[in-house]
Amino acid sequence: MDPRLSVIGERLEEVARIIVVCSGKGGVGKSLIASLTSLLSSRSGLRVGLLDLDFHGPSCHIILGARKASPLEDRGLVPPTVAGVRLMSLAFLAGDKPIPLRGADVTNALLELLAITRWGRLDLLIVDSPPGMGEEILDVARILRRAEALLVTTPSPLSLSTVSRLVQLLKSLRTPIVGVLENMRREEEGEVAREARRWGVRYLGWLPYDPEIEAAIGDPARLLSTQLARRLGEALREAGILR
Amino acid sequence: MHEWALAEAIIRCVEDATGGKGGVEEVYIVVGELQSIDLEVLRWALGELSRGTRLEQATFKFEVERAEFACRNCGKRWSLSDASLGEEEREAVHFVPELVHSFVKCPACGSPDFEVVKGRGVWVKYIRLREG
Repeated sequence: MDPRLSVIGERLEEVARIIVVCSGKGGVGKSLIASLTSLLSSRSGLRVGLLDLDFHGPSCHIILGARKASPLEDRGLVPPTVAGVRLMSLAFLAGDKPIPLRGADVTNALLELLAITRWGRLDLLIVDSPPGMGEEILDVARILRRAEALLVTTPSPLSLSTVSRLVQLLKSLRTPIVGVLENMRREEEGEVAREARRWGVRYLGWLPYDPEIEAAIGDPARLLSTQLARRLGEALREAGILR
Repeated sequence: MHEWALAEAIIRCVEDATGGKGGVEEVYIVVGELQSIDLEVLRWALGELSRGTRLEQATFKFEVERAEFACRNCGKRWSLSDASLGEEEREAVHFVPELVHSFVKCPACGSPDFEVVKGRGVWVKYIRLREG
């Protein structure tokens, strides 16, 4: 018997809602949207946590400017609070070393992280997922049964094709889908909204390609003042995620 | 995993598995060496947390399984004592044992692509219930 499975539910029992930001495709802005969603949620008065499950390429701590933060050891690990967001990442333990994990190791690392992290009372836990449809997505659906998916895509057919597969997978896993966000839109296009209708998924709107965003990485206040954050805030309010 | 968090997990696991079937006499726990668990701290935490539960009178027995690694690249097998981990690295592996892949490499070929053959994780091997 694996005792970790027995305690994960208890660790999350004071978490009201869990939203997993996912796409299947890399480079579409999942981590940025997950981090910004956390910042916007905190600013709107929600108690929010952010769990970075992109073990191979964790970046939420960089986006939030929390490279030097570390969890507090207290009957497990208490995540550090960064700009109002309780952030947990394997990067806090591995530093800048590579984290070369294979399938079963990914599952074990995920279980361990969920079993040791003491989130406390949260209105919302945002989970940043890695590209792909492997362990992180399958295990989250299996272990965090009440998690909802927030999909991110760019207008590129390459991204849409992968998200289409992910929608099918999530429906098979009976994971509720909050909706799909179109990111990095550069011109008037309507393909994502049409595809979302075809998938039976709510289209939450589009976010512009924002050339200013790179310069704001690591600075939560500056991130919140970007055009991207403003548009994301509107979409999240529309989706019922933000107050 | 942290000893206190682990003790909570074990108590919950035993309670779930025995589902109200009376008192627990003995719990046998296997601890992987990779977890770097302080067994005395774990025993103390189990004692504290089992107060007022069906495990209150239980004896906790431990077995430590030595860690063993096998390189996927060259086939070399080695143990944890062959690896040199710093204090912070040992602490990180204590919390998430998979991070051993970040800090340890095959002593023969230097590859980080190895399998933890034994000595990872913690599990309850058996539970003995009190008679009557």
